[in-house]
Amino acid sequence: MIDVNVSLSRWPFRRLPDDETPRLVARLKRAGVTQAIAGSFDALLHKDVEGVNRRLAQECRTHGDGLLVPFGCVNPTLPDWQEDVRRCHEVHRMRGIRLHPDYHGYTLDAPEFAELLTLAIKHQLIVQLSVMMEDERTQHPLVQVQAVDTSPLVDVLADHADATLVLLNSQRTVRGEALTRLAEAGNVSFDIAMQESVGGIEKLMKLVPHKRLLFGSHAPLFYLESALLKLQESDLGETIRRAITVENASRLSNSNST
Amino acid sequence: MIWDLHCHLSGVDGRTPDERIAQLMEYADRMGIERLVFFMGMQWSHEPSPDDFRRQNDEVIQALTHWHDRAFGFAYVSPQFVEESLAEIARCIENGPLVGIKLWVAKRCRDEALDAIIERAAALKAAIFQHTWFKGTGNLPGESTPVDLAALAARHPTVRLICGHTGGDWERGIRAIRGHANVSIGTGGFDPTAGMMEMAVRELGPRRILYGSDIGGRSFASQLAKVTGADIPDEARRLILGQNLRRMLLPILREKGIDA
Ligand SMILES: [Zn+2]
Repeated sequence: MIDVNVSLSRWPFRRLPDDETPRLVARLKRAGVTQAIAGSFDALLHKDVEGVNRRLAQECRTHGDGLLVPFGCVNPTLPDWQEDVRRCHEVHRMRGIRLHPDYHGYTLDAPEFAELLTLAIKHQLIVQLSVMMEDERTQHPLVQVQAVDTSPLVDVLADHADATLVLLNSQRTVRGEALTRLAEAGNVSFDIAMQESVGGIEKLMKLVPHKRLLFGSHAPLFYLESALLKLQESDLGETIRRAITVENASRLSNSNST
Repeated sequence: MIWDLHCHLSGVDGRTPDERIAQLMEYADRMGIERLVFFMGMQWSHEPSPDDFRRQNDEVIQALTHWHDRAFGFAYVSPQFVEESLAEIARCIENGPLVGIKLWVAKRCRDEALDAIIERAAALKAAIFQHTWFKGTGNLPGESTPVDLAALAARHPTVRLICGHTGGDWERGIRAIRGHANVSIGTGGFDPTAGMMEMAVRELGPRRILYGSDIGGRSFASQLAKVTGADIPDEARRLILGQNLRRMLLPILREKGIDA
């Protein structure tokens, strides 16, 4: 299985049972995960983005046991952020980047975001966009961030047809027709970490083709078992299950590898 | 053995309570849920009139008719209507099949209007489930926090109370009720944030924790994960997943002749 949504280092607001990389990797392995795309919790609040990305790449190499794939962070509100994109691609040889517009404070109709997508297309980087990290109701009182408003994406993607976009943690806010429209607007996939409701994946499949759904756990902030059990709660059959847990994600990274 | 404290007739299509519960049971089967507790009807309201909560309880009673071996129900009542709520407890619990009460967001539960309702439910050995949340974005006017529930618990130290959602913001919720041994937490209806169950077992011990899902708005998967994914002893897992709820309900189930 490929998990497209894990994070390393420290969640800023509490220690997590699996926030030491070897423990996380051991748990992923026990669950049958063979590859996991890792961002860094440090990306949320740190401004030394290259420091964050360098540690992330190093951690994946030394403690990843061949399983962790680093996706660096880019914060387009910082001066010279384009250099971080270049380094993710050329220095760290990353296959993608992970964005946190909620914590970094920009909207998706900002010109910087369009420029970022253009650069990502040029370097054939997958762009993961984290819509939120936690339920807005439980956030720390001094750090209240709003979920990313994804409504500008349909227009932005019209101008960036070659972008490969993965929305993480999207289902609390991107629902119904808006979700369907977004899936139709371009090469956009969605992880299942925040999908709720009984038979949640079955419900998602009524709104987007299963080829656009990816196994993502949001571990270690969420219990890994949540995403695993969702595969059991929905009646998927072996073909669709394999697509969601392996093939869709590997197709994404193959089409983007240089 | 998994017993689910917190289920609703929602999240599936179906025009009638019977259609809905039949579908929900298919998912329960997939996830190995043996018994389920349902409350509230097909359409909810924050401040239900007596007619409204009676209708909702009728829907739950209807849903249970073909599932009385597997599904139980709590009566939805409101401290905005104390007399009518007491009558509803008599109708649905004393003289009917339901085995607990559900209090939602009509009035904060520290209010003394609740006292008569709590005393009546306790006299019938009915379970008492109070919704609670600490919302950083602001609670509804009548929406309780676990601190409100702690105040209620202090006035009724011998009555067992259930702190629904653990207050959502569980780091606050667990602290708010930990000093009140008569309060248990319901673990359904908030995100499966890791470390929650470990903290709950550490602070409350495994016997004051009740697994529940809050389906159909939530999935069984995300809510079961808090128990199955936690680093806690297997004995604690068994208590939380079903034994604690069974122990709590057994006296009233026995009185109703329900085998459990
Ligand atoms: Zn509920």
